[in-house]
Order: sequence, then C-alpha cells, then structure tokens
Amino acid sequence: MEENIVLTARGISMTFPGVKALDNVDFTLRKGEIHALMGENGAGKSTLIKCLTGINDFEAGEIRVAGVDGPVKNHSTLDAQRVGISTVYQEVNLCPNLSVAENLYIGREPMTLFRTIDRRTMNKKADELVKRLDIKVDVTQNLENYSLAIQQMIAIARAVDMDCKVLILDEPTSSLDDSEVEKLFNMMLQLKKQGVGIVFVTHFLEQVYAVCDRITVLRNGTLVGEYPVSELPRVKLVAAMMGKDFDDLASIKPEGFTYDADSPLEIEARGLSHKGTIKPFDLDIHKGEVIGLTGLLGSGRSELARAIYGADKAQTGTLKVGGKPAKISQPIDAMNMGMGLLPDDRKAEGIIGDLSVRENIILALQAKRGMFKQLSRAKQEEIADRYIDLLQIKTASRETPIKQLSGGNQQKAILARWLATDPDFLILDEPTRGIDIGTKTEIQKLIIKLAAEGKSIMFISSEIEEMLRTCNRMAVLRDGAKVAELDGELTQERVMAAIAGGGKDE
Amino acid sequence: MSKQAEAIKERKQINGNTMLLLITILLFIALYAAGCVAYSSKGFTNLQTFLNLFRTNAGLICVACGMTCVMLTGGIDISVGSLVALDCMLLAYGMSEWQLSAPVMVALVLIIGVVFGLVQGYCVGYLQIQPFIVTMAGMFFARGMTAVISTNQLSITAEINQLFYDVANFRIYLPFGGTVNRAGKLIMPYIGIGVVIALVVLVVIFLVLRYTKFGRSLYAVGGSEQSAAMMGLDVKKTKLKAYVLSSFLCSIGGICYCMNTMSASVSQATGMEMDAISSAVIGGTLLTGGVGNVIGTLFGVLINGTISTIVQTNGKLASSWPNILTAALLCFFIVLQSIFAKLKEKNK
Amino acid sequence: MSKLKKLTQQKLFLPVFCMLLVLCVNIVYDVAQGNEFYNFFKITITNDLLTGRIINILNRGSEVAILAIGMTLVVSASAGTDISVGSVMSLCASFCCMLVAGFGVSSVNSAEEFAMPLAVGLIGALLMGCLCGAFNGALVAYLNIQPMVATLILWSAARAIGLLLCNNLIVYIRVPEYGVFGGYIGPVPTPIIIAAVCVAIVSVVLKKTAMGMYIQSVGINKKASRIAGLNSKRIIFVCYLVCGLCAGIAGIVASSRITSADSNNIGLDMELDAILAVALGGNSLGGGRFNLAGSIIGAYTIQAITTTMLAMGVSTAVNPVFKAVIVIAIVAVQAPPVKAWFKKRAAAKAVVQKEVARV
Repeated sequence: MEENIVLTARGISMTFPGVKALDNVDFTLRKGEIHALMGENGAGKSTLIKCLTGINDFEAGEIRVAGVDGPVKNHSTLDAQRVGISTVYQEVNLCPNLSVAENLYIGREPMTLFRTIDRRTMNKKADELVKRLDIKVDVTQNLENYSLAIQQMIAIARAVDMDCKVLILDEPTSSLDDSEVEKLFNMMLQLKKQGVGIVFVTHFLEQVYAVCDRITVLRNGTLVGEYPVSELPRVKLVAAMMGKDFDDLASIKPEGFTYDADSPLEIEARGLSHKGTIKPFDLDIHKGEVIGLTGLLGSGRSELARAIYGADKAQTGTLKVGGKPAKISQPIDAMNMGMGLLPDDRKAEGIIGDLSVRENIILALQAKRGMFKQLSRAKQEEIADRYIDLLQIKTASRETPIKQLSGGNQQKAILARWLATDPDFLILDEPTRGIDIGTKTEIQKLIIKLAAEGKSIMFISSEIEEMLRTCNRMAVLRDGAKVAELDGELTQERVMAAIAGGGKDE
Repeated sequence: MSKQAEAIKERKQINGNTMLLLITILLFIALYAAGCVAYSSKGFTNLQTFLNLFRTNAGLICVACGMTCVMLTGGIDISVGSLVALDCMLLAYGMSEWQLSAPVMVALVLIIGVVFGLVQGYCVGYLQIQPFIVTMAGMFFARGMTAVISTNQLSITAEINQLFYDVANFRIYLPFGGTVNRAGKLIMPYIGIGVVIALVVLVVIFLVLRYTKFGRSLYAVGGSEQSAAMMGLDVKKTKLKAYVLSSFLCSIGGICYCMNTMSASVSQATGMEMDAISSAVIGGTLLTGGVGNVIGTLFGVLINGTISTIVQTNGKLASSWPNILTAALLCFFIVLQSIFAKLKEKNK
Repeated sequence: MSKLKKLTQQKLFLPVFCMLLVLCVNIVYDVAQGNEFYNFFKITITNDLLTGRIINILNRGSEVAILAIGMTLVVSASAGTDISVGSVMSLCASFCCMLVAGFGVSSVNSAEEFAMPLAVGLIGALLMGCLCGAFNGALVAYLNIQPMVATLILWSAARAIGLLLCNNLIVYIRVPEYGVFGGYIGPVPTPIIIAAVCVAIVSVVLKKTAMGMYIQSVGINKKASRIAGLNSKRIIFVCYLVCGLCAGIAGIVASSRITSADSNNIGLDMELDAILAVALGGNSLGGGRFNLAGSIIGAYTIQAITTTMLAMGVSTAVNPVFKAVIVIAIVAVQAPPVKAWFKKRAAAKAVVQKEVARV
C-alpha cells in the first residue's frame, strides 16, 4: 500500500435480490483529503459505504486499510471502528438524553478505584477534546440541548477520539443551515490537516466544490470515474452522475407532443410552501401535459409534489384545481379533487405489504368511495384483473401478498392503484426507480398515453434522459426552491445547466 | 460565545423534563400543605404522619425504584404487584407451614426474585417480545403461584416466627419532633426497619444510575436503542439486567411490604404495579424511556401516599378515591409528557 | 411433509389445533375416569334448559368472545392491546345497576324493582363503554401514546369509578327481567345468543363495508394508508370505540349473570383472556392482518381450558398460571429471533438433505 493512502477498495461487488447494487467498484482514499462520493439515488453510494463499515457483506473484492495487514472484512460497525473506519450519519447515532461528555465516552468511560464512573475526569477529557476541535459546548449539558450541527460535530469528535483514520460523513449537511454547514466545514478542514481521510457524501454541489479535493462518481452501481475537483466542472459532474449517453431506445414521443401554453389549466399553485422542505413556489400545470420536476436529490422536487397533494400539508399559499379553489389538508382531499400521488419511497409509503395485490390496487378507489360503499368482490376482482393484465403485473395470483412481488411489479401495482381512481392529475415520484429497463419503457409509454387522454402528469425522476423522453415541460429545483421552468426544445445541456446553477460563473 | 451561552441558558429553562420534576415536587408540597391545613386537628401536622408515609410505602418505594430502572430502558414491568403477593405468601407459608427460619425464607424470596427477573428479562431482551406481554404473563403466573401455595389468608404472628416479628416491629425512634399525647406523655416519632431498607435501596439505585456503566447504559438504551448498539453497548444484556434488577428490588419490596402488613393472601397488593408505574411517571420518568431518576419516583410515591392518607384521614370519602385520583394524575402527566414531546419535535 | 406444512400454514390452524387439543384432553380424562368418551359432548335437556359441558363452555365463554371481537380490531389497527376492557366491563355493569336501582338508592344495596326503565340502564352502560373506548382511542390515535400505557389509566380507574358509583357496595337487582341477559331465552342460554349476535353484526359490517380492509391497511402501514386516502387516526379511534362498546356489552352480560354489580370481581383478569384469545386465534400481536373467526375460537378454547380444569378439580385461582405459560409459549414462537432460528434450522436441514440426495 502506498505511503499516503489510508483506504483502498478494489472490485467490490454486491447484489441484492434482483439488483446488482455494486458492480466491480474501486475506491481509493488518501491521507488528509476530503473525497466526495457522488451519485444519484440507486447509484450505490450508500451500499458502498455500508460495505466499508461492515453493515453489508460484499460478495467480491477486497478492502485494505492502512496499518492493517491483509484484506479487512468488517462484520459490524464496531469491527469497522476497530480498524479505524468511523461513520457519522445524517441521523446522528448518539443518545440525545445523555450529556455531551457521556456521548463522547460511553462504553469507555474513565473509572475510579471503586469501579464507578469518574465523572470529573470524563468531563475534563471531554472538555479538552471539544476545545481541541473548536466546538463550543458545555460538555455537562444534555446533547438534545444542542443543534443538529453541534450533535453532528460531537459524533465526529467521538470518532476522532477513537483514533479513526477514515471518517465517513453520510449526508451530514442535509438538515443544517448555512452557518452550521460552515462550522462543520471548518472542522473537516481541521481534521484534514491532522491527516484524517474523509469521505463526504452529499447532494449539494456547492459544498462539494467548497471543501473537496477529489470526487468519485458512481452510477447504477458502477464506477464512472475518480476526478480531482479542478478537472471536473459542475456541468460535467452532473453529466457524470446522471449519465450522458442516451440509450438506444427509440423516441416514444408522438408528433406534436409539445408544450401548449393555451390549453386549459389543471393546477394553479400560488406561493405554496412547507416549512423546512420547500420554499414558496408558483406553478401552473395544463391539461394533457407531462411536466417534469428535476433537480438533484434533496432539491425539493418530491417536497413540491407532496405540498400540492397534501401529503405534507402546505402552510402557505393557495391552490386551484381545475379552476376551482381547493382546500387540501390531507391526501383524501386531494384525491377528491382528482389527484393521485405515487410516492418515491415505495416500501414506506406505497405498498401495504401484507395485503394482497387486489386489495392494494383497489385501496385508493375504495377510500375515495368511502367506507360504506364497498366495491363488490366481483368488481374488485375485475378491476384487479384488468390492471394486472393491462400493466402486465407478474404475480402468482391476485391474492398474493404484494410484498412477495418484485420491486417493479410492486410499483406497477401501486400505479394501478392510482389509475383505478381515474385521476385528472397524477404525480409520479420516481416511478421507475429500481426497476428493469423494459418496465421503465412501459411506464414511460403509459405516461405519454395518459397525457394524450387529457390527463396531467407530474413526473419526477433522477434520470434525465427519461425525463427528456417523456416531458414536454420541465420545472427545475435547487436547494428547496423552484428556480426555472423550461419549455420548447428540451436538451440535456439546457437542463443540466439549470440544475447545476451559476456554478461556472462563480 | 456569550450569545451561545445565552441560547443554552434559554434552552435549559424550557427543558420539559426538569419542568415535570419541578411540577411533581410542587404538587407534593401543595398536597401535603393542603392536608395540613384541612386536617391539622387530626394530627396531619405531626412528624409521625409524615414518617408514616414512608412506613406504609416502604415496599412501594423499592418496587418503584425497580420500575424506574425498567422504564428507563423504555420497557415496563407490570408483574410487580403479583410478585409482591407471591413473596408475602412464601414468607408467611414458609415460616408457618414449613417451619423454616426467617433468614432462609428471605434468601429464598430474593433468589426467586432474581430467577423471575431472569426469565422475564430473557424474553424481553433476547426473544424481543413486547415487555408488556411478557410481564403481564409474569403477573398472572405469580398470582397463580400464590394461589397454588395457599388460597387462605395467612398472618405472621410472634408465635410463628419470633425473629421476623421482632424485626418487623422494631422501632427506631428519632431524637426530635416528639408530640405529647392526651395522657401527657411525650412520644417520639419512629420509623421501622422497612423504611431504612427502602432508603438504602433508594440511595444505592440513585448512585448506580448515576455513577456506573450499567446505570448509564440503561439511559442510553432508553434514549436510542440503535445508537446504543452502534456505540458498542450490549442492548440485550442491559435489558436483561434491568428486569432482573426490577424483580430483585420487587422482592426486597415484598419483604418490606410483608413486614408492614404481617399477612399474606392471594389478593394482596393488587394494583401495586399501577402505583409503582404512576409514581415513576408522576416523578418525571418518561414512558418512552431514557429520562427519569429515583428522586422523582420517591416524590411520586409520596404523592400517592399523601392522597391515600388524606382520603383515610377524611374518613368519609369512598376507599376507591385514591385509585381514581392516582389514575387521573397519571393521565395528566402522560398527556403532559406527550405535549412536551410534541413541542420538542416542533422546535426541531 | 409438504402436506403437513400446508396444513400448519392454514389461517385457522393454530386456534383449531388448540381447541382439538383441549377436547382430546377432555376425552382422555373422561375415559380415565371411567365415563363414556363422549361425555364431554353430551347435550341434554334438563328442566327445559340445555345443559352439558359444551353448552356450559359456550355460555361461560360469551364475555371473552365478545371482548375478543373488540380486541381483535384494536390489535390489528394499532399493534397494541386495550388492557382496560376488564375494568371497563366492571364500570359499565356498575353504571347499569346504578341507573336501574336509582342513583342514591344504592345505600340500600338491593333494588326490588326498577327505579328507571331497564332500557335506560342498558343504553347507559353501552354509552359508558363507548365513552371509555373513546377516551382510550383519543389518547392512542390523536396523542400518539402507546396503547398499553394509554389504556393503563382506565385499567386502574374504571373499576374504582364503578365502585364509587355504587357507594362501595354490591348492588343487587332483584327483578327477574334483569337476569335475562345472563339467563335463558327458551332453552338456550342468552349469553350465547348475545355473543352470536355480536359476532354476526361485526362480521356483516366487516363483510359489507370496507372497514376490515381499512383497519388492516392502517395496521400494516399507517403512512401508506394515509397517502392512499385513509384517515388513519380516525380508523384507530373507531377501533377503540368498538372495543369499549364490546366491553359494555360483556359487562351487562356478566352483571346480569349474577343480577348484581360486583365491581371487584366482574371482568377481573378478563383482559388477559381477551388478549390470549386474539393470540390463540393466530393473529399477530404486532398488528395488521386479522382473523375474527380465529379470535372467537380462541376465546372458547380458553373457556374450555378453564372448564376442563374445573372439572379436573384444579382451583380457579391457579388458572392464571396455565394461561401465562400458554401466552408466553405462543408469543415466543412468533418472536423474530425464534422464527429466525427455525428458518436457519430448516435451511440447514435442507442442505443436509441435498447432500444426502447427492450421495
């Protein structure tokens, strides 16, 4: 192993049922560098990190850490900590009800002669540690009294004090404000000076360019490349993350499928916002239009959709649906106005795992009809069969619990749930994530077909080419705000420039 | 720095947990003061009345300390009342029917407590069964076993076991705070052995919770199980130990309880689990775990005791009032906790 | 082997298996005692009334069966149990007797005639049940308090309030009509009829409306249900309400059986029986999919156990020991680590078999 390298991973491969999560991925971390790990959803970032920290068992490849002879195979985060790999997650893994000092030293507290905890020594050591790292806290206070940024820094301090050589920061900044981010960066730079190798996972481009030395980009479980920051301008980074090569699928847009500003409005949103997730935005959506929401993960694209649908109740602004003012405080209100939402987190918010495919398909329609107007069993079966047939959902029977289906088929069933309610406005949040290419094309075609029938579709995806293929207009989001609307000729360059923002000029 | 210090200070002021404890202590003082004002003629102001709070509730203090430890991990132990009944029955039956000596029976009771706790703790910690279900089964098991031993009402008299009788009735007089009775004789206030045991338990548990690795890991597990595991604590073992401790303290409490009542029956100490839980909750222990200490719990016990004393002193109120009032208080504190939790969430 | 597996995976396997087990024990016991082996199943008509052990079990098990209905819904929707049902039963019984005996009259602890129409008492009791259910439901659904903790309040308070309503006395209602609900209509014990009617009504509601699917959906995935347009909180609330109502009905039956309101004993430990019935019925206590028929069979199985032990001369006070052991056994088998262990063992076995086959 070279002198200045602290961690190498070679040829890491890992499969989840049905998905190749990582395919022969290499990763190298040098001493005293901040290395950004970039990629969209499903690119394999978190899988790679989990392989490094011992949460996932990888199938092939090897990991080497400086100071350890031979390949390292961790089986738990504790193992990883022992060889010097520490991780700090967005969700801080500390105990908020204990004091800062205790959080720093729990499990390895200094003891007195009577085998009790020597609180004084512990507090003193903790105080020295936080002073050294320039964190301004009172170590005897409970952790919950401090902001998330401080909590994150405490977590980092704990890792540093346990002699970590590799520090992995997994989306540490996503719930921090600007000044907090700055504090965190100062700390990172300080650790860098001390020779710690830092892996920095984030979806904020500005932050990458602010602190990182090197960028490794993953896409669809494969390595795109490793670049020094100076050689990879923003637009190129976005291109690398989103994939620039069109796949050889034929265009599926019909002739004349372009933006028509004169067609009647379906949705008029004025100043809608949800505290902490999406800043006030205006948005018009026409009948028969496919509007794409684009922007990087965390830019607020899902949140915008959720605010319209009432999944997270909008706190400000007004909404008109089909010309009529709409008051939406929960999803059923939106459904009664003719909306539907296919959420991005299929497992947590989409499927009802133990219910059958039939029940999952008719659920929304039934909810719309109300509890007392039950669909007859025959009707339920007819609807289920129709959509199983129409969307070619592969299932043993319509009575199979949906959790036994593959991801793509689950997604189709949820799509069927919404199609069954015959919505005028359908929000599809990452409908194609984690499903095979054939199914993807089917869903894309379906979207176009629905639009042709006069329905309005809002389409959200991390894959830019599929949006280019299906949308006739796009709204671009950055950092929780809507920053642009693109119509006319949609090209990859235009969209990427809009997503990346003014980075080139800065 | 000063700005930050200010912010910290401000946060400290609105810290809901400290507030809950404060409310509890104030409530106790208010209740007791009200009792003193209303029933001063019935001896409520005597120091002995106050000490009697400890004497009658010595067992409950031990049990509630154990309950606090379990609740800190986010669990609950509703088997305690039945276990106390089983302990009393064992003591009484063992000394009267088996003719065993008091120390042997006490040791047996303590061992049974530990074994009982081991089984419950294993089910909760290692088998990951809901604590409520496990301890509910434990509650019925212990109550049933009490009936297996005997369904009669037994009492422990001096003839049955002189030693136990003497220890139970041993009075430790305080050198101050005496009152003059009608005959003009000065009577000094006293406490029993049970009170001493209870106070020792209280102090020991207080120190354990604050100064030992085990005590802190109880808090850590209750604060966030996942984090505790990530930081290298053995969550399963910690839970096991918590239930063992609870059952063990419960057995000590059972002995104190028995010394106070000197009797045993199947229906004894019914609802004691409720008293213990409400004491802990009123004392500021969060049902979700991670927050609380035994000092608060002590005040919870004292509040419960004061309510009973007031109802008894009044003499006209129905005997079910203490139960209802305790439940109402419990409800009040649970809702308060829930509101504090919601506020905290919002502030974030 | 695979046939056996198929059988054990049947929805009603666990409850039916337990029921059969109890029946077998009875038959063996009867034979050992020198009775005919069908002694257990014998139904005779004495004094124009149906008698026999089966009838006895059906009769005595009615309260638990009624409670099990509500408990099944609560468990399914909120993944928690309502432990206040026993106490609420007692409160409803006391409230009913208090109304019927005339409030304040209860210083004389028996009423020779109704001070108020019987219907007022009954409706009052049912409303009281609903009120208690609503209280629990509000705490669980709207304040997000853990179900067991929320229901702990009434578990302790309801019985005490009942005692208070009756001035700490056992109020006797010495009017024959009051005993009807715990007595007989024609030759058939009324509790059996009431339980059957309750089960029928709930089954029809579950069949004819989407209630069943709503409850299960919320119990399995609250968030997804909300996105799909269900009002998760209201559904959980309604489940607790129904559970309270069931407790009210059970309270009336129990009180009518002894034509009095014995606050201290009505519904005592009934909550464990109800929870046990749900668990025995093959329902997961973790919420989600439920099976009402299983719970009902479970309820009668529990009564069969009690009756059997009584017949064998085991004291009723010892009964809880057996129930506790059964509960732990059932829940332990469902526990994730135990399940994982079984799976591992099965997998290891399969590997061995494969290797054997290869050889």
